[in-house]
Amino acid sequence: MQIRFILIQNRAGKTRLAKWYMQFDDDEKQKLIEEVHAVVTVRDAKHTNFVEVWALSSLLWEKNFKIIYRRYAGLYFCICVDVTDNNLAYLEGIHNFVEVLNEYFHNVCELDLVFNFYKVYTVVDEMFLAGEIRETSQTKVLKQLLMLQSLE
Amino acid sequence: MPAVSKGDGMRGLAVFISDIRNCKSKEAEIKRINKELANIRSKFKGDKALDGYSKKKYVCKLLFIFLLGHDIDFGHMEAVNLLSSNKYTEKQIGYLFISVLVNSNSDLIRLINNAIKNDLNSRNPTFMNLALHCIANVGSREMAEAFASEIPRILVAGDTMDSVKQSAALCLLRLNRTSPDLVPMGEWTARVVHLLNDQHLGVVTAATSLITTLAQKSPDDFKTSISLAVARLSRIVTSACIDLQDYTYYFVAAPWLSVKLLRLLQCYPPPEDAALRSRLTECLETILNKAQEPPKSKKVQHSNAKNAVLFEAISLIIHHDSEPTLLVRACNQLGQFLQHRETNLRYLALESMCTLASSEFSHEAVKTHIETVINALKTERDVSVRQRAVDLLYAMCDRSNAKQIVAEMLSYLETADYSIREEIVLKVAILAEKYAVDYTWYVDTILNLIRIAGDYVSEEVWYRVIQIVINRDDVQGYAAKTVFEALHAPACHENLVKVGGYILGEFGNLIAGDSRSSPLVQFNLLHSKFHLCSVPTRALLLSAYIKFINLFPEVKATIQDVLRSDSQLRNADVELQQRAVEYLRLSCIASTDILATVLEEMPPFPERESSILAKLKKKKGPGNLPDIDDSRRNVNGNTEHHEPTETTNKSPPSLMADLLPTNRPRPASSSPIMLSAGTMGSSHPFTDLLNLNSPPAAAPSLLVDVFSDLSAPASVEVSEDNFSRFVCKNNGVLYENQLLQIGLKSEYRQNLGRMYVFYGNKTSTQFLSFSSSVTNGDALKGQLIVHAKSVDPVIDGGAQVQQILNMECVSDFTDAPVLNIQFRYGGALQNIAVKLPVMLNKFFQPTEMTSQDFFQRWKQLGAPQQEVQKIFKSQHPMDTDVTKAKILGFGVALLDGVDPNPANFVGAGVIHTKDTQVGCLLRLEPNTQAEMYRLTLRTSRDSVSQRLCDLLSEQF
Repeated sequence: MQIRFILIQNRAGKTRLAKWYMQFDDDEKQKLIEEVHAVVTVRDAKHTNFVEVWALSSLLWEKNFKIIYRRYAGLYFCICVDVTDNNLAYLEGIHNFVEVLNEYFHNVCELDLVFNFYKVYTVVDEMFLAGEIRETSQTKVLKQLLMLQSLE
Repeated sequence: MPAVSKGDGMRGLAVFISDIRNCKSKEAEIKRINKELANIRSKFKGDKALDGYSKKKYVCKLLFIFLLGHDIDFGHMEAVNLLSSNKYTEKQIGYLFISVLVNSNSDLIRLINNAIKNDLNSRNPTFMNLALHCIANVGSREMAEAFASEIPRILVAGDTMDSVKQSAALCLLRLNRTSPDLVPMGEWTARVVHLLNDQHLGVVTAATSLITTLAQKSPDDFKTSISLAVARLSRIVTSACIDLQDYTYYFVAAPWLSVKLLRLLQCYPPPEDAALRSRLTECLETILNKAQEPPKSKKVQHSNAKNAVLFEAISLIIHHDSEPTLLVRACNQLGQFLQHRETNLRYLALESMCTLASSEFSHEAVKTHIETVINALKTERDVSVRQRAVDLLYAMCDRSNAKQIVAEMLSYLETADYSIREEIVLKVAILAEKYAVDYTWYVDTILNLIRIAGDYVSEEVWYRVIQIVINRDDVQGYAAKTVFEALHAPACHENLVKVGGYILGEFGNLIAGDSRSSPLVQFNLLHSKFHLCSVPTRALLLSAYIKFINLFPEVKATIQDVLRSDSQLRNADVELQQRAVEYLRLSCIASTDILATVLEEMPPFPERESSILAKLKKKKGPGNLPDIDDSRRNVNGNTEHHEPTETTNKSPPSLMADLLPTNRPRPASSSPIMLSAGTMGSSHPFTDLLNLNSPPAAAPSLLVDVFSDLSAPASVEVSEDNFSRFVCKNNGVLYENQLLQIGLKSEYRQNLGRMYVFYGNKTSTQFLSFSSSVTNGDALKGQLIVHAKSVDPVIDGGAQVQQILNMECVSDFTDAPVLNIQFRYGGALQNIAVKLPVMLNKFFQPTEMTSQDFFQRWKQLGAPQQEVQKIFKSQHPMDTDVTKAKILGFGVALLDGVDPNPANFVGAGVIHTKDTQVGCLLRLEPNTQAEMYRLTLRTSRDSVSQRLCDLLSEQF
């Protein structure tokens, strides 16, 4: 019942955002990043958007998790949740997040995420907090982001 | 809306990021980073005080460098300084740095907490949110201590802004997860429930997560949330989509909130209140109805959002399992999805239907989709979808469709992915057994399994077919005929040779009347496979041969010739050689009667749960082996009687040399007790006690019992000093005092063990009336049978005698038997009691498996009671080779390359008891820095997991 982490990676495996909602040490994080990339990039449109993982990392393989992912151009947006979690809700959670980014950065592209990495964290925290969905209304999130943008 | 310009406000940062991106090589990047780090360090150390903007910029650069994967060891203080800035952008960078680079530096934690406190009290919602997000992201214990009582207050205060409430609710949720003991429940809980009624749906969204988590932990305290959740859900699902404008997503009203509310309701049984219940049923019906309406948009977002709610509603319907109409409707809806063009939906429908199949109300409805599911098995491109189809076929199988499903699974097996073959084999075997009306079908099915996927047919499967054939005499003749025919295949799998050997050895006589399968033909057929088989199979075949000698006297000479050949009698493998020697000898010397008795047909196996089912559930290993070894044991038993001296003389020499140089005075250093006596000399108070020449009849010490004249064994202190040293090894000195040394040598095989106990008299005087017996505590009785052979009552000075203990492990056990020794030494009666190191792990058989198998089993043993974990401090230097040796000594196979972290150890084995076999997986993770280990054991039995964990964790 909880998001374990959110990853945004490009096709080459470069991490554009890593947000962790569970304690992992640095090695484990690195391993997860690599393995998510490995499982997700080999899948195509005939595959589901869900990958059950449980040999992922030393920490994760004790529990059953799944990666719910969606690809946008060269970027993979991945959310790791428990196997019992609602797949489609998180799949659309990703899309909702992407639409907000798209509005906020006006046709978002990978470079926006690179140069404004510290702002992406703010967007994430508005929409997901403590591993839960915090706010789903795009209007409300964007209003809040614009308000923050206007602050010094 | 204005686009955000690149790195706006922080030009230096944008330039730096561009520079990094332009680096052509890793070296160039590192060079650029080092230059920047030096620059930042000098700025931070410089005399000039930095303004807020520069500080923000440099801290942000450090953060960027850290996120690139480089270590950052300074700048924390500057980040903390930013927290107290009254500019949002500076504060935000400060908090971000703290959240990403959590540092448990205690000075800083105090400063950080101070800043957070200030922001929480600032009444500025933006600052309050930054502070709350920081707590929610870090979630450390220190923060919980500082703020756990403050946050509920913010959450329920009347004047708190909505967005702050959202953050406070989830912040509290995080603290409740990380430090539940620090989050006090109080009068705020009732008010939290009422947040479900809040005007602001964002607040309801956040609060529902909090309430669900709290309700899972203490459902009774949050019962009132049921009616509020139903009311809220009802308002959402019946609303026109424009009512919830901000929360409408692609024409679906508040999909995420609906999912969360439906989740919350899954913490509880169906509402008892009739009105509430019917209101909920209405909601669920409405959701099901909406699925039938034409879509309001062609966008996948619309259907995903709608179906997210639908699947969650179906989960709730299945969870309640009380409304037949809803269950059947859910099933029909899922049935439509089974043919949907979206792979996601087909996958989810198969998954969801699997749980529906187990409900009595919907089982029949699920069955109607059998053709579609079978088709999915054949056509789906994604292996995970096919896997779900297999699961569903298994779940929907019953007597009416078993033959069809088994046939389909068998045909799928021909092309199935390697990753799921073993599981399919198990499922087919279980279904074939469970729904067999006539057992000829069952036998055919299993033989087909072996033919199609022999490599994936585990021992459990072929053991089971043998058990069943032995227990059902109506199928024995058919089985013999069928295996005989199957063995004619040019390349038949070794597992078929095993089954064939076993069945023909037992029941070959049933088909021997036909000249086409005369005894000689049968034998030649089996023997034609012999040379291609592995040692265990050959051993089995040899046993089949001796059974043939009993069944068919006419082939005796032929078989004896085979046994007599050099390739058998002088086989390099000791097991094969022994069998050949013993069987040949048995066939030569035993009378027909004895032969018939020894080689009698196997008695029926006691009925018990299918071992394969157990394996699939990962509960147990196979039931009692249909043990061709039994005959061998009998043979061994006989031989032993004939030549007891040979066995005794064979094994001890090396042991005597190793352990018991009793004829010579033992060097003091090798005996801890003597060491203390010798080195500490007369100054040590124990010296008297240890002076063996003057029996200390009344000395006041623990050790006294051992030497005292008291005769009642009950009063003897049981020594267990060396017990744990035997966990990972079988031989060594178990006990030693001034008079006596006890050495052990033991060997174990499946659920049987034999221990040679050597009693060495260290004195020059005879021990008289020597006796030793083994007692089992009450708990142990019935779990472990120990049979002690008698021992010579006199042990001469300096001499050694041997006692043999035969052991049988009946079921898993925790206690250890006690060895009680009594003898007279110089007129005084000596009583010694020693805990005998027979532990559960002695009955391990190591199991090699692939990484994939390991993970599959690991996953299947996921229930909480199946796992036992212990974290403990290392007692010895952490040496990899030593650790490996210990794990191997513990009895499991060490699996290389399974654990993603090469520093960890992973092992697998099967505990053999008479009643059952228990598969066991273990994992040991050393943490050399902390000098700690984490040991995790997973077995199908909690008692076994616990015992093994206790035993092994003492070893490092």
